[in-house]
Amino acid sequence: MPEAPVGPPSVWHRIWDSDIFYSFRSSKITMVAAFLTALIFLLAIFAPLVAPHSPYDVATVDLMDAELPPAWEAEGDPRFLLGTDNLGRDLWSTILFGTRISLAVGFLSVIFGLVVGVSLGLVSGYVGGYVDSFIMRVAEIQLSIPGILIALLLAGTLRGVLSAEAYNDAIVYVLVLTIGTSIWPQFARTVRGSTLVERNKEYVLAARVIGLSRFSIMWRHVLPNVMGPVLVIATINLAIAILSEATLSFLGVGVPPTEPSLGTLINEGQNYLFSGLWWITIFPGMVLAVLVLAVNLLGDWLRDALNPKLR
Amino acid sequence: MQGDNQALLSVRNLRIEFPNRRGTLVAVDDISFDIAPGEILGVVGESGAGKSLTGAAIIGLIEPPGRIAQGEIFLEGQRIDHLPYEEIRKIRGRQIGAIFQDPLTSLNPLYSVSRQLIETIQTHLPLNEREARARALELLDEVGIPGAAERIDHYPHQFSGGMRQRVVIALALCAEPRLIIADEPTTALDVSIQAQIISLLKGLCKEHGTAVMLVTHDMGVIAEAADRVAVMYSGRIAEIGPVQEVVRAAKHPYTHGLMGSIPHIGHHVDQLTQIEGSMPRLQEIPSGCPFNPRCEEASDRCRVERPNLQGVEQSEVACHLFDAQRVEARAGE
Amino acid sequence: MIAFLVRRLLQAIAVMAVVALCAFFMFQFVGDPVNQMVGEDATKADREYLRESLGLNDPIPVQFGKFALKAAQGDFGVSYQHKRAVSTLIVERMPATLELAVTAAILAALLGVPAGVYTGLRRFGFTSKLIMTLSLIGISLPTFLIGILLIYLFAVILGWLPSFGRGEIVKIGAWETNFLSVSGLKSIILPAITLALFQMTFIMRLIRSEMLEVLRADFIKFARARGLPNRAVHYGHALKNTLVPVITIIGLQLGSLIAFAIITETVFQWPGMGQLFLQAVQVVDIPIMSAYLILIAFFFVVINLIVDMLYYVVDPRLRVDQPSGGGGHG
Repeated sequence: MPEAPVGPPSVWHRIWDSDIFYSFRSSKITMVAAFLTALIFLLAIFAPLVAPHSPYDVATVDLMDAELPPAWEAEGDPRFLLGTDNLGRDLWSTILFGTRISLAVGFLSVIFGLVVGVSLGLVSGYVGGYVDSFIMRVAEIQLSIPGILIALLLAGTLRGVLSAEAYNDAIVYVLVLTIGTSIWPQFARTVRGSTLVERNKEYVLAARVIGLSRFSIMWRHVLPNVMGPVLVIATINLAIAILSEATLSFLGVGVPPTEPSLGTLINEGQNYLFSGLWWITIFPGMVLAVLVLAVNLLGDWLRDALNPKLR
Repeated sequence: MQGDNQALLSVRNLRIEFPNRRGTLVAVDDISFDIAPGEILGVVGESGAGKSLTGAAIIGLIEPPGRIAQGEIFLEGQRIDHLPYEEIRKIRGRQIGAIFQDPLTSLNPLYSVSRQLIETIQTHLPLNEREARARALELLDEVGIPGAAERIDHYPHQFSGGMRQRVVIALALCAEPRLIIADEPTTALDVSIQAQIISLLKGLCKEHGTAVMLVTHDMGVIAEAADRVAVMYSGRIAEIGPVQEVVRAAKHPYTHGLMGSIPHIGHHVDQLTQIEGSMPRLQEIPSGCPFNPRCEEASDRCRVERPNLQGVEQSEVACHLFDAQRVEARAGE
Repeated sequence: MIAFLVRRLLQAIAVMAVVALCAFFMFQFVGDPVNQMVGEDATKADREYLRESLGLNDPIPVQFGKFALKAAQGDFGVSYQHKRAVSTLIVERMPATLELAVTAAILAALLGVPAGVYTGLRRFGFTSKLIMTLSLIGISLPTFLIGILLIYLFAVILGWLPSFGRGEIVKIGAWETNFLSVSGLKSIILPAITLALFQMTFIMRLIRSEMLEVLRADFIKFARARGLPNRAVHYGHALKNTLVPVITIIGLQLGSLIAFAIITETVFQWPGMGQLFLQAVQVVDIPIMSAYLILIAFFFVVINLIVDMLYYVVDPRLRVDQPSGGGGHG
């Protein structure tokens, strides 16, 4: 532990010395995970600056460069560090831009699922009665069905409703909607449980007596209580959402090949695996696995740190 | 050091620590006491005083990261605190039985009472299934379960709380242990049931010659059942002695306060006395006597020097008020 | 017991009705089935005739009633894409999926349960920590990537195992099985491992945490205090008390195995229901999609019912209706 500063400890020192941060510092693997997550996030956010080529810029893509192996292989080209794909796009750049899409979809999906889930959970616990049992029943049924199936069904239905072009244009929103829909129940159940506990506490009654709306009280008191669990669920579901996006894209109902995400790249590459072009699949696959693993590790750590009893 | 020859259980200089990242918490600090065969020793104190931990240490069930840092425990002269797991395991149940606080959660909900009894009996005694079952039935009769023959195959949830605690007592008595550690055996029960369970426990132990270490925070239970009582405070023994003497003429200011907080029938008092403040947390135990911040008679010495147990009448007290010279000085006043 | 079962059965029927409604609305909102069935050059009269004969002009509740009735009899209409009865298509492909899912389930349970118990009992051991770390990697690798890596290693590089299809299939009546030919057996290895891996880690981690939870219980402490040997405490008292959640988990996982088979079947071009469903999603073949939805829901409901009944066997608190005399206080 560092020397305790003289005088009242600063905010920074208190954070540094807090139990959560201690458990972070004492777990090397969590620190590595946090570093990798941050690195991948930054690379994805600044992809246009970091990437040597733009995979969207048709002018810079030359079919003559197609299917080049990574630079260190005998036939590699120093311009393309990780080689090129079947269309001649620089794989490294394409991965950076693909991660960007994967992360964007993942984040937006979790936010969508979180907002829907937290709101429904709050309403469910607050209103009670039929509304509550209806919402919880739906959540229960949905929880017992794998999210990927629900996402596939929704994606399929939307494909039927929208034209192919409109579907591809709106694909990010479609994915956010489908993946977000498949993860809301966990948030709803957690928030509802906490709401039920708070609802019967005396201060809620007292606050009503002095004329405050119960709903605003619930909002103010329930939310802080569930922040921890919600954060844990959100982190773990970020990993799941990234995986879902990759899976949907791999299955051909997600992001189209023109704007590749990690899943699309792996799917594209799979067709070339047998001809020995391993890099098109393996590199995006590695990035995806490392990203999801790192986020999962962070989620695991957060769960244990916020609730040591669960260990 | 060897334990006292006539003592059934001897605890010598026991220290239990919980290492954590900010240092080491001392939960039980250098305590020593004996239990004679057939004796009921009450151990009383607030929660966190270390009384349950002491019980757990005796049967070798301190949960990590807690550990015995120092001291010795002897059972009939044999040292048992450093035995390998299998050895102490064989002593548990066979020579030292245990009863825990909550009868609702002490029994495995998925096993019938007969199965839990037979399993325990067969672990310790060379009986076959039929003999073990007969013994189980005997035990249930003995602990006063009406219709034991019909109820033996029932599951724990089919018994009431008091009945369940009787089953727990039967389980502790399975192999006729010489000592029973009863950790708050009545706390979770209705007041009306508490007295029944205590008198049952007392009666059975007298009958079988079993000694009991009765851990509780309830002075009433101690007064009723115990032969001797040890008062614990902040991981140390404040006072230990015959129950009559400790209850009637408490010496340590803490015990005094503890007794003052019990209403006595037939004694009219205007106000029950109350000790100001609360027991310090483990990480904030003051130097000297741990009770000094709450003690009305604390002197400078109490804030610096830790008092050791010393004999006063038939008791032993850890308080500087009873240091020889001060007693003399007082007498001379 | 009977009251409980009846209530569960009613709930199951309600769930199925809701799912059927969802499936029905897919038909209502997505496209015009008539367009899907006739060519561009069909006359207006032809279309109207088809409309009438399909009952598309009936009021919606009537249509739903007809739909549900037919679905209950296994009639899901005709696939737009394959122009064949959906029920026939599904029945043809069901053996492939079920064999894959059951093999994977057995594999996952056989490895996952002991690993979970082991890591729960020895949570600080080196092997436990290693298994836990590996399991996190298992959870983080997407199923399709695992499949691809396995193909690359065992089919492309080593050439030991086939990379796609079911191999040689032996027909027993209407059932086509993988298990009676060498090439069939070889073919199922990679897909089954791929499908099992995630489930295995999942089962393992859940059993571990259940085990840790139960090991903290008072009755475990009391069992130890009675001097029972570790064997009896761990594999008797503790393990039996983890059974209820474990049965639930494995039951539900069996259902999700069938759903996750979609991915595995796509990677390995395994001719099962999942592949059929995925192709249907890609071309919006609503009859197959809705039939698959109803079928999966049906699987889940049936598994749930079985799980509920197993609870009765395991937990005496559910078996005996008699309440504890005087409650916990008497």
